Amino acid sequence: MKKFVLTAAAAAVTLSLGLGTAHAAEAIKAPSKSWSFSGVFGTYDQAQLQRGYQVYKEVCSSCHGMDLIAFRNLADLGYNEDELKALAAEYEVTDGPDDDGEMFDRTARLSDYFPSPFPNAKAAAASNGGAIPPDLSLVAKARVGGPDYLYALLTGYEEDVSADVLQSIYETETHKREVQYAADLEAYSVKKAKYDEAVKTDSSLKEPKMPEDPGPVESVEDLGLPDTSSFNAYFPGYGIAMAAPLADESVEYSDGTPATLSNHAADVSAFMMWAAEPSMDQRKQMGIKVILFLLVFTGILYAAKRKCWSDVH
Amino acid sequence: MSEHLKTNNAVIKWIDHRLPVFSMMNETMIDYPAPKNLNYWWNFGSLAGLALVVMIVTGIVLAMQYTAHVDYAFNSVERIMRDVNGGWLVRYIHMNMASFFFIAVFIHMFRGLYYGSYKAPREILWMLGVVILLLMMATAFMGYVLPWGQMSFWGATVITNLFSAFPLIGESIVTWLWGGFSVDNPTLNRFFALHYLLPFVIVGVVAVHLWALHRFGSNNPLGIEAKGPQDKIPFHPYYTVKDAFGVGVFLLAFSGFLFFAPNFMGHPDNYIPANPLVTPAHIVPEWYFLPFYAILRSIPDKLMGVLAMFASIGILFILPWLDRSPVRSAKFRPVYKWFFWLFFANCLLLGWVGQEAAEGLPLLLGRLATAYYFIHFLVILPLLGVMERPKPLPVSISEPVLKGGGALAGAAAKPMEKA
Repeated sequence: MKKFVLTAAAAAVTLSLGLGTAHAAEAIKAPSKSWSFSGVFGTYDQAQLQRGYQVYKEVCSSCHGMDLIAFRNLADLGYNEDELKALAAEYEVTDGPDDDGEMFDRTARLSDYFPSPFPNAKAAAASNGGAIPPDLSLVAKARVGGPDYLYALLTGYEEDVSADVLQSIYETETHKREVQYAADLEAYSVKKAKYDEAVKTDSSLKEPKMPEDPGPVESVEDLGLPDTSSFNAYFPGYGIAMAAPLADESVEYSDGTPATLSNHAADVSAFMMWAAEPSMDQRKQMGIKVILFLLVFTGILYAAKRKCWSDVH
Repeated sequence: MSEHLKTNNAVIKWIDHRLPVFSMMNETMIDYPAPKNLNYWWNFGSLAGLALVVMIVTGIVLAMQYTAHVDYAFNSVERIMRDVNGGWLVRYIHMNMASFFFIAVFIHMFRGLYYGSYKAPREILWMLGVVILLLMMATAFMGYVLPWGQMSFWGATVITNLFSAFPLIGESIVTWLWGGFSVDNPTLNRFFALHYLLPFVIVGVVAVHLWALHRFGSNNPLGIEAKGPQDKIPFHPYYTVKDAFGVGVFLLAFSGFLFFAPNFMGHPDNYIPANPLVTPAHIVPEWYFLPFYAILRSIPDKLMGVLAMFASIGILFILPWLDRSPVRSAKFRPVYKWFFWLFFANCLLLGWVGQEAAEGLPLLLGRLATAYYFIHFLVILPLLGVMERPKPLPVSISEPVLKGGGALAGAAAKPMEKA
């Protein structure tokens, strides 16, 4: 058995060292948050998903589509069929062609997918200053950090993040600039020496420009983000085209949950996680059963192996 | 032949007399004599075989629902995940078992390196294994393209572009591979066709691999040939039960990922539909390609980088002739043992380098590690064969086990003793 444990441990080391996480671009790492669906036994909280859907519907959906989600899928959130039909009936979708060859509008049915806010990507870009709002169906799986990242992003605008977070960004960026400036100066001195030598024979050469000291980063303005973008502590590069979408009181919850920015962000992040991975609850429940079975099964096999091998010398 | 088959079943006897399929199964899986001292590192061959079967079965089922077209591929995979009954399970098994297949094969290969399993008379057995690795890599690469996410598309673009490094014909090769002037629908279609085909080619090579294996039987931790029947035990029940136990442990580890972290070994960008106009910040291959990717990027010249990457696997073909030591097992090679672990650590280092941006410290380490990778094979192994003084070998497999031939033999006997 000792030999076996060694083998297994070495195999585990091979695996863990071989993997490791890929490095994200600049921007700080989203802190990990505790979710109802965290961990082996975690499951989605239907009430939270319903609130998240409400946030999506009332705020996000004006710019972001969710092409992969149909109204029927919302049954996972705990709505009954009548409620679902009522939800779908709030939307108009284009169908057709009918028998006369004409496209027509009708109210949405359960089988319809969420309508897109824009007819195409060009229209989306035109309405959003050139940036295309990404589809949110899979966004919780398509970003490093998943729902933690989404929550951090939604609460990561300048007015909402803590002074400590801002300070740490300023320090990191100041350090980066210092390193870059030092490298630039060194490159300059090499170029300058070359120029000084070459200019003796060819006076038409242009003198290399001395790099300017960018100075420390002490405020968001110092980051030099483009005017069209907002500062966000968790967005790669810190400049995000989406203005802060949520604030306290953005959405009025009917279940008495306080309408705070933190709740809105957490609820809609949970909703996006569900949209990206609707089978998670089922998967984990099956996993627990499979692992329990395998533990027993493997234990029996180990006993069988010991018994079988007991006569080998 | 068939007289070894002990059965009273008249139908089996009748069939076996005409088509000795039962005799063959008996000889290869039941009575097949195996060294009695194989340790748990010998489990990984059968585990790789299991992984291959799982991949083929899940793959065939997925192919029934998948659409190989640039406009539909991404959404057809999502349809499998959302609307097909049990589709998420089959797709996640296929995704994660690909990684576990490579884990099993890499461990299987390092075991071969440690115990000298590639040495005479098993050179062809080893070379067939390297062919299987190459086929696996091609299959895995093309499979990763099929979901048509961002990493699928850009990985395909980067890797197929490698062939443009070849002078004169490079560009033509790339156009031929793509079936057009960029990675597009024809590329996806042929990758799907080949991704379906190659696993069956792997099955064929595995059959030949087993054929070669059964010619001389398994190597063993002592690296000496079995001297007689006292050194061997029938495959069944001894190794069937031991392999079955290994399968249980393997599936436990696999289930941990499958059910609780199914996307851990994937890249988030592959949940973004492929977009030829937007390049991801970092294009990284799947984890099992990272050491080779590191070698590719360590060489400043593109063509040399490509050649070095292929050479890193190609060199395994001539390994049996690079390592001239007559002793197989590292147990009796006090110096090789250290270089083996150094080589192993070097491979892990290459894997780490492969996922970092190619600059600064990772680039420097990558270059050193790449150089060392080849030095290990081209300098260290040939020299060790001449300069190393191996420890005395036991007379037979049974002897050290029975007569308690020191700590080494004791360790070899461990898996069999009643603990």
